[in-house]
Amino acid sequence: MIPRDPLTDEIRRRQRSRAIVTALALGAFVILVYFITIARMGGN
Amino acid sequence: MTSTTCTQATALPAEWRDFVALTKPRVMTLVVFTGLCGLLVAPVAIHPVLGFTAVLCIALGAGAAAALNQWYEADIDALMKRTASRPLPAGRMDRQSALHFGVGLGFFSVILMGVATNWFAAAVLAVSILFYVLVYTVWLKRRTPQNIVIGGAAGAFPPLIGWVAVTGQADPLPLLLFALIFLWTPPHFWALSLFVRSDYSRAGVPMLPVVSGPRVTRVQIMLYAVPMAIAAVAPWPLGLAGIVYGVAAAVLSFAFLVLSLQVLVNRAVEPAAMKPEKRLFAFSMLYLFAIYGLLVVDKVLAA
Repeated sequence: MIPRDPLTDEIRRRQRSRAIVTALALGAFVILVYFITIARMGGN
Repeated sequence: MTSTTCTQATALPAEWRDFVALTKPRVMTLVVFTGLCGLLVAPVAIHPVLGFTAVLCIALGAGAAAALNQWYEADIDALMKRTASRPLPAGRMDRQSALHFGVGLGFFSVILMGVATNWFAAAVLAVSILFYVLVYTVWLKRRTPQNIVIGGAAGAFPPLIGWVAVTGQADPLPLLLFALIFLWTPPHFWALSLFVRSDYSRAGVPMLPVVSGPRVTRVQIMLYAVPMAIAAVAPWPLGLAGIVYGVAAAVLSFAFLVLSLQVLVNRAVEPAAMKPEKRLFAFSMLYLFAIYGLLVVDKVLAA
């Protein structure tokens, strides 16, 4: 059995949490662009 | 031992919380609030989604400027107690990540502002970011004790951006609001730098109290407080705001002047005896929030 490297585990944990936050931000951006489009179309 | 710890720390990817910390969220509150007030006092209405996006862009632009400021100033931040725990000096993030994050966020905020509102607002936002990073951080901060006088203009942009996002043009009221923050910044920061003088001195930042001493700084605080008070009350006699705003702004500005006068007559050199300076610093933040909030209240009452 190969012992787990705590440093690698910590890197993986940070990468995972950053990936989740980035995904949430991108999702929010997509929703925002949708509503901006609707608002600007309504204005015209 | 220390260097090993530092190498390990920087070898790890930064936490997402450190990227948030890089945007100086506490400073951003004032930026967002003044930007929102600029947007709300504009004479025409904006679609709520576009208004929200404009304020978001102002916040992201301020965050980008803060990230680039910390990228450039990591060396002096490490020398000051107040800033040593920031992500870069504390070794929780590498400088390249901060630079990429700041530049990316800056471009994103400007483009989104242009797409959602208008390109004039986007241009003013771009100018405010570049002004803070290039003029204040890179050029002035380490060279002249007048750094925050001219650099203060960067923090004065948000209400103007908010207004321009709605109207597409710069009018007298947002220019007065710009002048108010521009004139408010020196008394606010010099009050702070009087009681954290040793920090700035250690980092070699030529803040006015370090270069010219407390006496000159206290006189300068008073000299800026007077035109600031005039700029704060001016919208009322000029017919740009109502009596509710005018009277409240006059009372608050009078209180600001009294506190500045207490600073002027204080002879203390040790931070422990600088109660008037600490009072002025605390009140100055409340003052700006109140003045801008009152302008919105006045507009709502007049409607």
